Amino acid sequence: MQVEQLEILDFLRARPPFADLPEEALQRLAGAIDVRYYKAGERIVDFGEPAAFWHLVRSGAVEVYRRNGTLYNRLTEGGYFGEFGLLRYGRVRFPAAALEDSLLYLVPGEVFAELFEHHESFADYVEIEDRTRLRQVMSRREESNDLLSATVDTLVGRPAVTLPSTASARELAQRMTEEGVSSLLILDDNPEVPELPQLAGIVTDRDLRTRLVAPGLSYDTPVAGIMSRGVVSVNHNQLVFEAMLAMLRHNVHHLPVLKNQRPLGVIALSDIIRYESRNSLFVVGSIFRQQSVDELAALVPEVRACFARMVGEDASSHMVGSAMAAIGRSFKQRLLELAEAGLGPPPVPYCFLALGSMARQEQLIVTDQDNALVLDNRFEPARHDAYFKALATFVSDGLARCGYSYCSGGVMASNEKWRQPLRVWERTFGDWIERPTPESLLNAGIFFDLDGVWGRVEWAARLRELIARKARGNSRFLACMARNALLRTPPLGFFKDFVVESDGRHSRAINIKRRGTAPLADLVRVHALAIGSMSINSFERLKDIIDAAVLPLGRGQDLYDALEFISMVRARHQAESLAAGEEPDNGIDPEKLSEFERKSLRDAFLILGNAQKFLKYRYQPGRAN
Amino acid sequence: MLHLGDLKKTPSGARGRRRAAETVPDWPARFAELAACVRDPRLRAFYAAGVLAGDTALHEVPLVALDVETTGLDPARDEIVSIGLVPMSTRCIRSSASRYWVVRPRAELQPESVTIHAITHAQIETAPDLGAILGELLPALAGRVVVVHCREIERRFLDVALKARLGEGIEFPVIDTMELEARLHRQLPRGFLARLFGRQPTPVSIRLADSRERYCLPRYRAHHALTDALATAELLQAQLAHRFSPETPLRELWL
Repeated sequence: MQVEQLEILDFLRARPPFADLPEEALQRLAGAIDVRYYKAGERIVDFGEPAAFWHLVRSGAVEVYRRNGTLYNRLTEGGYFGEFGLLRYGRVRFPAAALEDSLLYLVPGEVFAELFEHHESFADYVEIEDRTRLRQVMSRREESNDLLSATVDTLVGRPAVTLPSTASARELAQRMTEEGVSSLLILDDNPEVPELPQLAGIVTDRDLRTRLVAPGLSYDTPVAGIMSRGVVSVNHNQLVFEAMLAMLRHNVHHLPVLKNQRPLGVIALSDIIRYESRNSLFVVGSIFRQQSVDELAALVPEVRACFARMVGEDASSHMVGSAMAAIGRSFKQRLLELAEAGLGPPPVPYCFLALGSMARQEQLIVTDQDNALVLDNRFEPARHDAYFKALATFVSDGLARCGYSYCSGGVMASNEKWRQPLRVWERTFGDWIERPTPESLLNAGIFFDLDGVWGRVEWAARLRELIARKARGNSRFLACMARNALLRTPPLGFFKDFVVESDGRHSRAINIKRRGTAPLADLVRVHALAIGSMSINSFERLKDIIDAAVLPLGRGQDLYDALEFISMVRARHQAESLAAGEEPDNGIDPEKLSEFERKSLRDAFLILGNAQKFLKYRYQPGRAN
Repeated sequence: MLHLGDLKKTPSGARGRRRAAETVPDWPARFAELAACVRDPRLRAFYAAGVLAGDTALHEVPLVALDVETTGLDPARDEIVSIGLVPMSTRCIRSSASRYWVVRPRAELQPESVTIHAITHAQIETAPDLGAILGELLPALAGRVVVVHCREIERRFLDVALKARLGEGIEFPVIDTMELEARLHRQLPRGFLARLFGRQPTPVSIRLADSRERYCLPRYRAHHALTDALATAELLQAQLAHRFSPETPLRELWL
């Protein structure tokens, strides 16, 4: 006879990971549970003893330790422990003791194994390997998001309409009208491979208006004369999300889709908007239409709304970060256009650099401006600097008006120190790598994530190449960077409404950027520098790192998931603050986290902590890398 | 257990001074005696299973937490409607081996008791008479020391119920978690300072829920025989953990 212990059943029914179990499984579990009371300080299980039970904390508090006696986790009502030993070794791996007087529910090992075997969501939830659990969380999120999984060919509604570049403007207009399309691809003969004509350009309705009709050209003008060249295109198997980013980055509204180098079709902004209701594209579009700093500053609510929508619709942190960076980039570009319009053309060419999180495309809503100017080598301070100072100050003040607060460390182009000719930058970066000092290491952390935003953006690529080349084999520099990357450590996890530090102390809140995303980005940067990766985005760097196999198998993916999860918690927190009418920040109050978020965040912190240990070991000074 | 008020009127006057009004029988001898003279074979088997000697260390004692719900507080008039029991030891509460019965009282079910233990007329209609489950109940208790919260209810109701059905009653040793609380909180001499300042000590409640709270045990809903038996079992483990050792002899606890 199965007797229902109602209190046990009710306890299980109310909480994860049991709440989702079917009723009969719940009843079987409740009926199989035994109970034991432990006095504060009493040992519950010792390392190496046979693992007989899975323990649920019904009341009180329990501490779980590593074998060497350091704190591994602290659990309270609803927490559980012992799964690791049961599933893997049949022996207790993590000793545990009662921190307070505690009542524990004991689930016999075979009952736990049966649940684990037959109920996938339960297994996912309690899966002992912290990183595996996080992976499952992340992959479920990815699956649920169309933009991340759909490829561009699913958006191509009809085959590409094409014309040879020798056709006339009139033929072009007739063809577009017949086919009812707003853009048309222009192909050139390929003398080497005749059956594979090359994509030479694209003509849109707007091109006909601005390049043919407005200047009053003849309708017989060859299309080669009015088309846009250097067309940005995407491959048929790229993600819709990547297509969106390409449009944002290049500010274009039509993207040819190629398959085996042949045009498959064209996707337009409207096609993506059908998928992407978040309208970050619209925000970017309207940025370029504003005529003054005041008008730009008036867009801040729209930017915030766009951010909140993306977060609310479960976009990945990579998508949110990229979209927000694209918006920030557009603000800079438009401000520079306005600056040049006011100050006149620059006396020598320049490149405006974005640094830090914006360069990495990991920008959220709370962000300060890190930027710098690379000037042409002909730059003469006495003759030219007044212009660039005015330009940089205009941009920096404008950005501050648009919600990008001034950099507290003064890393801005308005600071004379960070307006230098290209050769000076090259020398500076070389010095930082060859003769690292505490200060230059700090700078390297900011400046080595750089992206060209405006002007001679190829100089940014040149500087990145130089960094990649010089840092790669320099084990002393890498060891210094690694040591620097260990200065900020993650907390251990959560207990009741507190953050638990690794030494057992409690804190009231956690700065999720300083303790989470920033140390992760630092860590990823060191590995990326070590393998000479040219990527700037942390996720892309991680892909390079995984390919280069510098990390133990699987750890790269773990870091990927950890970064994604911590970033999302941070983004969600900021979105919630916006919704509540509060000024968003990076401080997380554990009380506001769901049980699920706490658990997954803890997993992510563990992964980060372990990765930091590995970093220390991997880049020891003097070690050949 | 169904008791709401104080039990001041119980014959043993159980509260304060421990055992002043109650002598603990020599249980092994008493069981041997009863085994020899009872007529009912189920009772004879129960006594024949014997009982451990009083000097047995607690951790060697098989225990069973017991709770009954009744139609009222008067054993002469009221009857048992449900019985819950949970086997246990000092190390583990075997809630997975719990037993629970609803039985049909011969007396009328009072509406007010229904509101307390939530066992309805319909449930009782189909339930067996207590006499019919003795063949299961007595073996589940045999060889174990019974743990209750407030011994008067369980002991007296079972005794009366058996007398009514078999013509002979039942006796057994118990560990009473309420009495253990009373020993701690009701028997302490008033402190010197308290006497000096003439303060009245605040009376400490020894009811099950309040006692549990003092040991940081979770709040359970009361008045379900099985839940109350589990709650009593947990309370005893907490009391043992805080105030006794596994080597404490049984005689220090049982009554």
